Amino acid sequence: MASNDAALIELRDVSKYFGTVIALNGVSFAVRTGEVHCLLGDNGAGKSTLIKILSGVHAPTKGEFLVQGKPVSFASPRDALDAGIATVFQDLATVPLMSVARNFFAGREPVKGWGPLKHLDWDFINRTTREEMARMGIDVRDPGQPVGTLSGGERQSLAIARAVFFGAKVLILDEPTSALGVHQASVVLRLIAKARARGLGVIFITHNVHHAFPVADTITLLNRGRSLGSYAKGEISREKVLEMMAGGKELVDLEAELAAMSQQAV
Amino acid sequence: MTLRDEPQSASAASPKPGGRDERLREIGLLRQALRRPELGAAAGCLLVLFFFAVFAGDSGLFSARGVVNFLEVSAQLGILAVAVALLMIGGEFDLSLGSMIAFAGVIMAILSTQYGWPIWSCILVAFAAAIMVGYLNGWLVVKTGLPSFIVTLATLFILRGVTLGVTRLITGRTQIPGMKELAAGDWLAPLFSGQFGGGFLAWLADHGIIDKRPDGLPSVQGIPVSILWWIGLTILGTWILLQTRFGNWIFTVGGDPNAARNVGVPVNKVKIRLFILSACAATLFAAIQVLSVGSADTSRGLQKEFEAIIAVVIGGTLLTGGYGSAVGAMFGALIFGIVQMGIFYTGIDTDWFKAFMGAMLLGAVLFNDFTRKKASEAR
Repeated sequence: MASNDAALIELRDVSKYFGTVIALNGVSFAVRTGEVHCLLGDNGAGKSTLIKILSGVHAPTKGEFLVQGKPVSFASPRDALDAGIATVFQDLATVPLMSVARNFFAGREPVKGWGPLKHLDWDFINRTTREEMARMGIDVRDPGQPVGTLSGGERQSLAIARAVFFGAKVLILDEPTSALGVHQASVVLRLIAKARARGLGVIFITHNVHHAFPVADTITLLNRGRSLGSYAKGEISREKVLEMMAGGKELVDLEAELAAMSQQAV
Repeated sequence: MTLRDEPQSASAASPKPGGRDERLREIGLLRQALRRPELGAAAGCLLVLFFFAVFAGDSGLFSARGVVNFLEVSAQLGILAVAVALLMIGGEFDLSLGSMIAFAGVIMAILSTQYGWPIWSCILVAFAAAIMVGYLNGWLVVKTGLPSFIVTLATLFILRGVTLGVTRLITGRTQIPGMKELAAGDWLAPLFSGQFGGGFLAWLADHGIIDKRPDGLPSVQGIPVSILWWIGLTILGTWILLQTRFGNWIFTVGGDPNAARNVGVPVNKVKIRLFILSACAATLFAAIQVLSVGSADTSRGLQKEFEAIIAVVIGGTLLTGGYGSAVGAMFGALIFGIVQMGIFYTGIDTDWFKAFMGAMLLGAVLFNDFTRKKASEAR
């Protein structure tokens, strides 16, 4: 896709090798402000490797990584966070036995007071948690309730609300809908739209075409470590995407096979 | 918690504007209380008190002397339990705690009796050694990624062995007496061995609130300083857990180390600090014992690591980390003291004490498991 100056983050011809394994091979990719960019691909397509490069876990073997037009090289996930790139991992973002408020501010707790009397600013913590969760459309009555009492979608909302509050410009969501039921998945899709409305760039990783299409502005297809290209939403149909994804052809074949079987049965 | 969805189709049951969401249940007082980790221990404490009030009411357990006795037992264990509670909330164990007690005691005794160092410097050296041992425990756990159970089991034996070997090498024995005289007049020692509240107790005796001995002195002339340490450390532990960033880090690290790393909590630093805290609590325990008894012994602190873990677990802290409280550990230690002294005062053979504590532990674990499920029940 065309790289223009408004790109929040951009990969140019990025490759990643693990020994003899070529995990990513010459992938280019860009996200702009207020854009939801879906990354579609079957297992083994290189999605995880791409996320790990974006979130600072791995450095690319070849190619350029630009944040707002400037080349960067991240040494750790902390660097990526500082650059405004927040990754919301599927299960590894919240602690179930801790309260919503404690989770919200974990690692970045606001304090007040001085010297040995420095202590957590609980008024601010509870108020902000309630406000920020409300902006994500979740009404927290009691910020002291354990996160374990929340549903999967609500936990995602917490992770997203937290990332947004702490200044994320780009949100990377790793398979946020894959473990959720239909209703909860739609809640998360709505959250993605909300994050976009607040001016964030969102990278939404999924292997579910039906989750990608309702919110995506741009779709990039990955297959066996290569990019099959980025498409604006109107440029490509669901069927075409399914066909291009590895496994798409298998599904079509399977359908034909099953149809033949049921005809035989009749 | 409810989802505030966009207005849906008319057929969907939508909550009345301004009204309560129909999916939100009233949380009962009981459920709210169950969310506090120390509830079980507080209830257990009352139960144990009630039990001994019925069966040992006139045995002297609840006289001033008896109360101070069981509080002192509780206090010494409670000092360890607070540190162990923080460590266990942080998701780790320290089995070397008991050996550290002997190690620290012997350091103080050898330096003072064999080399003539002033007591205050011996105490400081012992604490410096504790920081090193704690750091080593933490560093090994963090760097190897092995369970702290195994790592500190190793240091349990290493420390105990070194303590025995060094003591016998230098003194030819396993006991080092003669510290009482050396501690007299030392400026730091009273912090660990003194008593306080003598005037207050005399006033109580004069007003007939506590008994007097035949010679006219109150039956208790001072409250051991260990009780002050116990209360102070419990308050400090509670403050750390509930009011500081470090406290939030402890919960996060114990609850899910991966999540903690992902949100930028310095996991390794937190764990190492907690191991240091645990070793320092052992050294405080050692200083109190050595200076009040006047001697050190290589077998001191035997099984204290388990007693502390039992007190902490009875206090509602989860073995898996991420949940618990310092106040709970205080109640756990209190139950320990009451039962130990209660059995002694009732005249039951004290051999039964351990069986009782084991049963308490089992009951507490089952109760904790139940409350945790209640607390984090998905709705």
